[in-house]
Amino acid sequence: MVSPLDRRAVVAELLRDRGDLLVVTGLGSASYDVHAAGDDPRNYYLWGAMGSAALVGLGLAQVQPDRRVLVITGDGEQLMGLGGLATIAIARPENLSIVVIDNGHFGETGMQTSHTGFGLRLHEVASACGFPRVDHAVTMDDVAALRDLLHAPQTGPHLAVVSVKAENLPRSLPPRDAIHIKNRFRATLGLATA
Amino acid sequence: MTDTELLEKTTAKAWPDRLYAQLRAGGVTHTSYVPDAGHARLIDLLRSDSEVTATVLTTEEEGVALAAGAWLGGVRSVILLQSSGVGNCINMLSLPVIARFPLLMLVTMRGEWGEFNPWQVPMGQATEDALRSIGVRVFRAETAEELLAIVPAALVEAFDADQQIAILIGQRVMGEKKW
Repeated sequence: MVSPLDRRAVVAELLRDRGDLLVVTGLGSASYDVHAAGDDPRNYYLWGAMGSAALVGLGLAQVQPDRRVLVITGDGEQLMGLGGLATIAIARPENLSIVVIDNGHFGETGMQTSHTGFGLRLHEVASACGFPRVDHAVTMDDVAALRDLLHAPQTGPHLAVVSVKAENLPRSLPPRDAIHIKNRFRATLGLATA
Repeated sequence: MTDTELLEKTTAKAWPDRLYAQLRAGGVTHTSYVPDAGHARLIDLLRSDSEVTATVLTTEEEGVALAAGAWLGGVRSVILLQSSGVGNCINMLSLPVIARFPLLMLVTMRGEWGEFNPWQVPMGQATEDALRSIGVRVFRAETAEELLAIVPAALVEAFDADQQIAILIGQRVMGEKKW
């Protein structure tokens, strides 16, 4: 099935009226999508450490249990951290949501077909690991419902796959200085930055 | 047995309890681990502490990401692993190195002293060089006393000076693995 959804529109909808959401982004297009929706000090953009996004989100969710934590990443990035879905399911952070922007391809490296493009269903992997709720969004109405879920009472961990069109959009580059991004994120939580 | 010998024997047996107390005194309230016989007692102590969040991992590099997330949220995390797991972490260590996240890894060594399993030797012998090559500083403890002297200093360096540190706990500290 070829999805018609525009990933930038999907991410902009997920972050609409975001409230006090804390956001961690997987490297590559997911980081560009979140940046394109509006830079925010409550975003932690990853530029490397592929496979880490959901686990960075887990650590943050565990220590900030009163805040909602949203990880936005791509299918390739989440596939590299597949074991992390088992770890997250067992840790069971109620305030963590992972949204996989799934274009079925490794978009940064020449649009090779990824495992999801060959048929792997990441939301079913998460469900098998024990995530209490998983979703697969294929329309913008589904995405709007996902956005509302991010602000509903906590029932996570939650993983949603959003099927999107495979295309390389103009890059919207977040700052690459990882220390700066870390410190401005911590400052929003009132934490020391030196 | 002299008093000194008795003290040494007691320390050799009780180091995980003292290490646990040092970590808690250093403000650690978050940990993750891949199970290891050398860390078994410490894992039990941390897991049974209601003020500590302890997370079991499927592979060690998850702990590197988890600790970064905990620090983003203001909490001190330590990672417990075996030397074989250090090799799994190398690219993930880019994250604390480039973002200067505090990192404290407690690594129990295999493949270096009375090792019965030759498969443990290659990674055990490569552990220290691998950590240094990616930019993690290494402290080595060959006795329980050395370990207990290093940990408080490493806690300060990691969490007050934003350093990336691994403490290698020599296989002699644990003794031979009984088969």
